[in-house]
This record gives sequence, C-alpha cells and structure tokens, in this order.
Amino acid sequence: MNAMPPLNHRDAAYNFAYLDEATKRMIRRAILKALAIPGHQIPFGAREMPLPYGWGTGGIQVTAAILGPRDVLKVIDQGADDTTNAVSIRAFFARVAGIATTTRTAEATIIQTRHRIPERPLTEGQVMVFQVPMPEPLFRLEPRLAETRRLHALGDYSLAQVKLYEDIARQGEAGTSYNHPVMVAGRYLMSPSPIPGFDNPKLHNSPAIMLFGAGREKKIYAVPPYTTVESLDFDDHPFRPMRAPHACSACGSTTSYLDEIIADDQGGRIYVCSDTDHCAENQGR
Amino acid sequence: MYVAVKGGEAAIEAAHAWLAERRRGDQSLAALTPEQIEQQLGLAVDRVMAEGSCYDRGLAALAIQQARGDLIEAAFLLRAYRNTLSRFAACEPVDTGAMRVQRRISATYKDLPGGQVLGPTFDYTHRLLDFALAAEGIEAPQEAEAAAGPMPRVTELLAREGLMARDAPDDGAPPPDLTREPLPFPTPRALRLQSLARGDEGFLLGMGYSTQRGYGNAHPFVAELRMGEVEVVLAPPELGFAISIGDITVTECQMVNQFAGSAEAPPQFTRGYGLTMGHGERKAMAMALVDRALMAPDLGEDATAPAQQAEFVLLHADNVEATGFVEHLKLPHHVDFQSELEKIRSIRARWEEQA
Repeated sequence: MNAMPPLNHRDAAYNFAYLDEATKRMIRRAILKALAIPGHQIPFGAREMPLPYGWGTGGIQVTAAILGPRDVLKVIDQGADDTTNAVSIRAFFARVAGIATTTRTAEATIIQTRHRIPERPLTEGQVMVFQVPMPEPLFRLEPRLAETRRLHALGDYSLAQVKLYEDIARQGEAGTSYNHPVMVAGRYLMSPSPIPGFDNPKLHNSPAIMLFGAGREKKIYAVPPYTTVESLDFDDHPFRPMRAPHACSACGSTTSYLDEIIADDQGGRIYVCSDTDHCAENQGR
Repeated sequence: MYVAVKGGEAAIEAAHAWLAERRRGDQSLAALTPEQIEQQLGLAVDRVMAEGSCYDRGLAALAIQQARGDLIEAAFLLRAYRNTLSRFAACEPVDTGAMRVQRRISATYKDLPGGQVLGPTFDYTHRLLDFALAAEGIEAPQEAEAAAGPMPRVTELLAREGLMARDAPDDGAPPPDLTREPLPFPTPRALRLQSLARGDEGFLLGMGYSTQRGYGNAHPFVAELRMGEVEVVLAPPELGFAISIGDITVTECQMVNQFAGSAEAPPQFTRGYGLTMGHGERKAMAMALVDRALMAPDLGEDATAPAQQAEFVLLHADNVEATGFVEHLKLPHHVDFQSELEKIRSIRARWEEQA
C-alpha cells in the first residue's frame, strides 16, 4: 500500500460534499433499502446537480451521500482516470469535499465509474458507485414504467428472455454487447449499467459493495457483497463475455478489456487497455 | 356596469407603446445594441438563425432585441423578413470535411487522426453561478487557435471497413425547397433534413430524448460532433465556374446507430445526421437522433414510437407554425362559442326533460 494521497482544500462556501445533510440522509435511506432488496430499484428524490442530468448525477449523489472525510475517491470514465468527465467529477469532489483522490484502484475506498469495473479485483470495504443512464433493464422492450413495475413484481421476465431468444435465432448470439441484463440473487432482473458484457462476471460474488445511482430517472439500486449476479442466458447458449482479440500495445495484456484507437488516416488501428491504472501497473508505472 | 370592448385601434396603439416601454426597460440603464447581442448572446443568435433559417448574425441580433429575448418570436421575425428576399441561386453542398474546426469530438473512439478538440463548450463546467461575472471586470482569456490539419470523418472510417451504410450518392437533382413547396408524405430525406434543420430545438430535443428512453429503438453513439467554419461556394451559370461567397459557422453531428440487417444487407451501423447553422450542438444531436428514428420504415424496423412517425414529427417540429396555431386561440371566438352555448343548452334541455 502506498502512502495516503494528500487531502485537497475544501471550498467552505459549500456543505461537505455539496448536498445538504437532509438530502444526504434521504439518499442513504434509499441506499440501505436498495442493499436490503438486491437488484430492486428504489425511487429517490434526485436533485439538480451542477452538471447535466445524464452525466453522472446519480453517481455523484450516491458518492456525496456516502463520502466521509477520510475516504479516498477514484473516478473513472470508460475505465480511464484521465478522460474529461472523470477529471471533471474528481475535481468537483476535491473542491466541495476536500477529500483525497487517487487514480489507483488499490488505494481507493470509493470508486465512481461510468461504463467499466476495474480490472484489479476489488476488496472488502471498497464501494463501487455506478453512474446509471437507464436503470430499467426492460426499457427497450417496454417503455412504460408502470408496466415494468408490474412485471418486476410478478418476476415476469419473459420479454427479456424472448428478446434474447430472437437475437440468438436471428444472428446466432445475444444482441447486447454492453448493458447485458443480469439476475441478482435469483430475484430481480437488473441493468448492470452500460458496462461491456466483459465486466458482467466481475459483479458476481464481489466482496465490494456495488451501488447504482440514476439521477435523471431518480432510482437507486444495489448489489451487496457476495451476492449472486448471473447474466441472462440459456443453458445451451451460455453468456459469453467478449473483448477485442488483441494484446494491449502499451502493456501487452491479453486479458484486459481494450479500447480501439484509430492510428492513421488509412484506418490503421491499435489496441490499449481501457483501464488506465491497470495498464500503468502492468508497465510498472 | 357592463362595458363592451370596442374600438381595437386605440387599444392596439396603447399596447404597442406599452410593449416598447417594456422592451426598453429601466431608462436609467444603458440600452442594449444589436452588436452587443450578436457578440455576447452568440448562442441565442445562432439558435434564431437556425430556426429562422437565415444566416445573418446582425439581423438575428436585431430580431432578438425587438422580440425582448423571446427566441421563437425572433425566429418568426427573421423568417418573415427572409421571405421578402428574392432567391437567386443554390450554393454547392458545403464540405464539412474541410471545416476549419473549432470543436470536434468523437464519443466512439478515444483518439483518432486529427485529435479531439474540446473547443468553446459548457461541457465539464460545473454549473455553479459565477458571482464574479455579476461584479464585472473579468477580462476574457486569449482565444485558443482553431485546430489545423486533416480531420477525416469518423463515419467514413467505419464505412471503409464496410461497417457503416453509405448515404445515397448525390443524384444531381436540384435540392427541393421546403420554404417554397409543401411537405409531401412520404417525405424524401433531403426535405426531411431541411424540415428538422429549421425545426424547434426544444421539440426535437424531446423527440430525440424519447428515442433514448425506449420510445423507438435507438442505440445511439456520437461518432462525431464538429463545429467550425465552412466555405460557401456558388457556381453562377453565367460564370461557368465556382466562386467562394464567404464562410459560415455550422455544427454537424453524425450519430451511429445499430441496424440488425436484412435479407439484402448485412448487419451494420447506420447514421443519423444533424446539421445546424451556427453553434448548436444540442440541436444538431437531437436532429441526428430524430433523423435516424425516421428511417425506421426504410430499414424495415417497426415504427411504433412518436419519433418514428414522419407526419407526427415533421408537421409539429416547426415552432413558427405551432405558435401561430396555438396562439390564435387568443383571437376572438365569440361567434363559434355562441353556437356552442346554444347547442349545449339545447342538449341539456332535452336531458333534463328525460330525467
């Protein structure tokens, strides 16, 4: 373990972590309820945050509600610590909470993410906070929220199962490459947020707490530690996580999830780890 | 005592005087100039130019001032003016590939030839009110240089790999003109795009948003969003060669969507296209989403959502038409209403007899 990253200076014009205490308490209650009913979507009174709905306000509100002064925050977007949205959100919490931030998965107590779960296995005590654009796993099949609520109550996921069947019948494999729906603790169908299918297995029996916040859709849901999370599939067509069949051009990894980068005007391509911390660790920093 | 409302002339004059007073506001404050609006409310000017479909920053600024900042009213003023101008030619298609780019981002690739250029954007600003701005005296920092060098279109890179459907080539036919002819249904794409380009930003935003929330089957990615200056080229028949008549700023969005394939075509990406005059990212993106949604029937997809219904979208996207009909409800309707009164009294009388 490295030395603790330095604390940032907090902007005293704002309450700790921006949200007022009553709002944070309301969100914590929703989180507790979400943990008690794994995979079930809990409505909450999402607030306007100083960045647009859909840019991670759900994740930011969850982070703000659970953040303590001694937490060490890592923010990634697409797996990278250096992408614009990640940089912006990290700077936001450094300013309004004054907490320590890090880019190292191992050092972080809270990891807010958009679209990836870090390659390095998470540990007990770590919390993953997902920014969720569409919490409802059935929304492309049934856009009416009142109806999806009924289907969840009945545990009726035939729509999703039929969609999967149709994809396999038509194209030989599942149609979803990211945000492939998962069954949590054998009860609720859940959107894993738009992580690539490659990351779905990392949710299963994870020692870390997984919290999902959807600000615009005003829902929170969760997977508690050591909970079964199974990707929707058929016995004779098991779920297959996919990645680009290449080695990372920077660290040589053949197991990590890769980004495709267009290298020249002729359409030449190279592949590099999307998890920038993992890649740096492999390269010995 | 009952007083009949009579004599519109004096009332209208008084209303106009009152409106002029309201427009001017507190006389102890300096009056705005159209130049200030053009320079400092640039995005409002761009929106009015797009929805007014007339590229003239000065006139758009004047319209905004005259409309007291009501941007739909301003677009209306601009369109009404534009119709008094004679149309003498159509320019060559602008080449956005040769754009002098101020902003260019791709959400589909982390990096690509030509690079990502954030440009002047609200993205990643924290939306905290800047009280220092109210206190004035902030000098603007030096403007960054526009990016140079070739910037191949992302969709072209995908098309070269066969993963992206190509748009139909230009058939050389003169462009149809929505402002001179009524919309036919089914609507050719060129007219559809014209209609969306001058459509209301808010309406298209709501329509585009609905496709993302499940009303329509969108899986969109921003392949590329670029904003900058393009050259407008005209080839007058009497000259026989093309001449450049100036530069305009446009925003272009190419949105990538899935297409499952059919008996004739393999699975591939399809594109939604948005182009707007000036800097209008929200509009260009919404337009691209709606453009793609409206392709549903051509691609053999089920068209079940509002955004996939061309008649619904195209006939309601025009805010000048929409405001006119909604606001006409303010006109006197006492003759119609009187007949309704008589009708309902007559039906009630029969209802009471039977009760």
